[in-house]
Amino acid sequence: MVESMPGVKQRPLMRAVVYVPLILTAIYFLLPLIVMLLTSVKTMDEIRAGNLLSLPATLTFEPWAKAWDKMGGTFTNSFMIVVPAVAISTAVGAFNGFVLTKWRFRGSELLFGMLLVGCFIPFQVILLPMARTLGLLGLAGTTGGLILVHVIYGLAFTTLFFRNFYVAVPDELVKAARIDGAGFFTIFWRIILPLSGPIIVVSVIWQFTQIWNDFLFGVVYSSGETQPITVALNNLVNTSTGVKEYNVDMAAALLAALPTLVVYILAGKHFVAGLTAGAVKG
Amino acid sequence: MGFRIGFLSCLLWLSSPVTAGEVEVLHWWTSGGESKSVEVLKQLMEEQGHTWKDFSVAGGGGESAMTVLKSRVFSGNPPVAAQIKGPSIQEWAEEGVLTNLDTVAARGQWDTLLPTVIKQAMKHEGHYVGVPVNVHRVNWMWVNPKVFEKAGAKIPTTWDEFTVAAEQIKKAGYIPVAHGGKPWQEATIFESIVLGIGGADFYRKAFVDLDRKALTSDTMNRAFAILKTIKQYTDKDAPGRDWNLATSMVINGKAAMQFMGDWAKAEFANAGKVPGEDYVCVPVPETSGAFIYNVDSFVMFQQTRKEVQAAQNDLAKIIMEPRFQEVFSLNKGSIPARLNMDMAAFDRYGVASMNDFLAGSKENTLVPSLAHGMSASASVRGAVCDVVTNFYNSDMQAGEASKRLAMEVMAAQ
Amino acid sequence: MSKSEPLKIDAVIDLPDNNPKDTANHPATQARTEVAKRGRRGTLELWLPKLVVAPSFLLSLVFVYGFILWTGYLSFTKSRLLPKYDWAGFIQYQKLWASERWWVACQNLLLFGGLFILICLALGVLIAVLLDQRIRIEGTLRTIYLYPMALSFIVTGTAWKWMLTPGLGLEKLMHEWGWTGFTFDWLVNPDMAIYTIVIAGVWQSTGFVVALFLAGLRGIDDAIIKAARVDGAGTWRIYTRIIIPSLRPVFFSTFMILGHIAVKSFDLVMALTGGGPGYSTDLPATFMYTYAFTRGQIGLGSASAMVMLGGVLGIVLPYLYSELRGKNHG
Repeated sequence: MVESMPGVKQRPLMRAVVYVPLILTAIYFLLPLIVMLLTSVKTMDEIRAGNLLSLPATLTFEPWAKAWDKMGGTFTNSFMIVVPAVAISTAVGAFNGFVLTKWRFRGSELLFGMLLVGCFIPFQVILLPMARTLGLLGLAGTTGGLILVHVIYGLAFTTLFFRNFYVAVPDELVKAARIDGAGFFTIFWRIILPLSGPIIVVSVIWQFTQIWNDFLFGVVYSSGETQPITVALNNLVNTSTGVKEYNVDMAAALLAALPTLVVYILAGKHFVAGLTAGAVKG
Repeated sequence: MGFRIGFLSCLLWLSSPVTAGEVEVLHWWTSGGESKSVEVLKQLMEEQGHTWKDFSVAGGGGESAMTVLKSRVFSGNPPVAAQIKGPSIQEWAEEGVLTNLDTVAARGQWDTLLPTVIKQAMKHEGHYVGVPVNVHRVNWMWVNPKVFEKAGAKIPTTWDEFTVAAEQIKKAGYIPVAHGGKPWQEATIFESIVLGIGGADFYRKAFVDLDRKALTSDTMNRAFAILKTIKQYTDKDAPGRDWNLATSMVINGKAAMQFMGDWAKAEFANAGKVPGEDYVCVPVPETSGAFIYNVDSFVMFQQTRKEVQAAQNDLAKIIMEPRFQEVFSLNKGSIPARLNMDMAAFDRYGVASMNDFLAGSKENTLVPSLAHGMSASASVRGAVCDVVTNFYNSDMQAGEASKRLAMEVMAAQ
Repeated sequence: MSKSEPLKIDAVIDLPDNNPKDTANHPATQARTEVAKRGRRGTLELWLPKLVVAPSFLLSLVFVYGFILWTGYLSFTKSRLLPKYDWAGFIQYQKLWASERWWVACQNLLLFGGLFILICLALGVLIAVLLDQRIRIEGTLRTIYLYPMALSFIVTGTAWKWMLTPGLGLEKLMHEWGWTGFTFDWLVNPDMAIYTIVIAGVWQSTGFVVALFLAGLRGIDDAIIKAARVDGAGTWRIYTRIIIPSLRPVFFSTFMILGHIAVKSFDLVMALTGGGPGYSTDLPATFMYTYAFTRGQIGLGSASAMVMLGGVLGIVLPYLYSELRGKNHG
């Protein structure tokens, strides 16, 4: 596809026009990460003495060890929440998208609009009623409850992704299968799902990021032992008394972000590819 | 609030509800010294055969923890105990969700052990519902004497002296006042000023009775004006700064003084500074003899299970025991809430604080902190913080500020 | 794992469906005729799709719309610490109307939301277009733009705060590097602090916009561009007349995503300024949280949430309607 894009030809001046802004913006994007990385391997004395970008005189990994010590235990909790929540919301989103594009019925557009509007309620609004509901369901303070919450409020986006992807899949494929006598689930399994690789990547990345980084739901709907990593991170960082150990804070932040960073680096290519394949097209 | 958790056991596949004898305690004591204190509490509870389930939520002086607490109580799954203080105790008690602690209190003779102001705060309609942990004094000024010396300035005891000293310090190239620009810190300074120039009775009229006349009085205008004067002597990086970073400016000799409660002492101690030598702690100008208090306390939430109820009683008992009261206050920089404690382990400022507290109790110069939620409801506190911080950060006139103060306070009630 | 396989199929099958006029064989009509042919089994087939979306529909009905109604009701009560259900009329709305802090928050949302969406879109489109020029280090750059989304703002807020605090961050750095005239004090200036939130917000979200538009650019049918080129159109003209307009659905998705981020911006404000200096960077979301949870004024908090929701829907609904109805958006 790339060859025939209206690309700028290989003239040095034009190349500069392309590269200079890209590199400048890249610096803007990288700066906080560099600051965090540098800070996380400096001692507190060096942090106080030097500036943001001064290189550490002596590398120290103690902050990382300390950070791991304080929140390593909550890693598992986060995975226990994220994995099922991502899987369920992606699966349901896929079915929704399938129905909303290939099995449309009267009011299906309205239904989709309704789901989308749901994205816009501020989560603070639902904290209390959700708490009561989880209490009534006996799910208060449990991992199951948190999974439920994340699935519900992730559905709008997963549905949006899958719907926009499946719109680009020709109806003829489905039609042909139906003439051959294939049913709803058969068509989904045999025809739609094999095509869905890229968009599943998109949905998983988006949901994984959202749920992994969630703090509000995590802190409110978990209890002591089920607390996700963001709550531990918050306790570490937002403690306003005592000596602030910025190096530990930064190490903790990077540590907590590692799973998402890994997902981005490994799947980043498929992410854009997945979006290309139709996630954002109408 | 008569409803209980519906046990749909089929949905409990991943759940971990409170099990027998387990106490889940919600608090926001997460810093080094504080968590050491909590560790002591945990040990003492475990010695009694209970299981301690720590539930700490840091952030914003307990704001995040309060959000969690509200949701938990509303979901019908409250923690066994939580760190709550001041009028909030009354608000929660009115919801009918707190455990009556009269039996433990009677057995422990709390009535004779506790100072009157604290007793009143812990009781709802004559029944004990809260357990006090410690008493903080808010109206302290932390001074780096070396900076004062270098600038040739005298530690101020009045606001006129303050201006003179601050000018000298500024000329000498130091920051006169280390300040953290957050609403609660501005309100902390403000309430100390009000106490200083208005006296304890005026303070109570304004911040406890919320009397409109007092709020719009000339005294209030003057207090606002002094607050603005102080701002001139802070550095421009102050907005958004955490209070402990401001304290470290005093510790490092970058700044000369800071207005902050006695919890700042823990910072000096952590930095290995010697009281009286490396740092001096005096009452905020014009407030000597008066005492703004801030009492940390716990409340217990009603539980159905017998074992948990027993654990609650034990927890209340342990919190009131001298051993815990001492350890906790030593770590936090405060003084114990119960009377007749041996103060041998405390430093000179701890002892001074205790003496001032007892004296203030007799002379009726003890006043509850507004900035720390001891004198009025959270909504009033928030309204005052709003006005004070807005005044501090804009070019509003003092007269306008006091008018707005009265208006917002009325609206928040 | 051959990911390229379905991709190729998509690239090919894109063509017919991208044609907006292709409404003749509407699947719903077809479904009905086919169902008629098939009798009993068809009845189940007709209901099955609805059954599949029913749970989502119900969940949304209860957990989104039900909760909105509940909050709406609370906004007409005097609820303080915990919800109370005694009707109190419009008193909370009157209080809200009289609250200066609320108006500051609303202005801030307009300012922040507008700038945030605009800059994210502009920068995102620009970077995407540049990245699409056969860049050698595209993969690396893309990851650099995307990674901020992976980080929790609880701490990146601290990093940003550092960089923007005059005596610690960029200003100090520039001074140390010899540029002593450099001042950058937006974070501590009540009139400018809201813009620092825009800076950090843009930093966090632009990468996603880049990815969306890059994908959109890659998905455009080459034949159209080739044809335009043959007709003698220049690069600029091709972009402004053909490519950008054809990305309209991408703009739609991006707007939805950015809008939702702007309205819900909470961590961003809390971590960077805590709403300060004063309450100059308060947003409706932080206002609502402060009143409902920190200050025990659930009634007022609910009222603010309802007004906020109303405002957002006022902007979003017409757009949503026109996008879903106007074109053959699906």
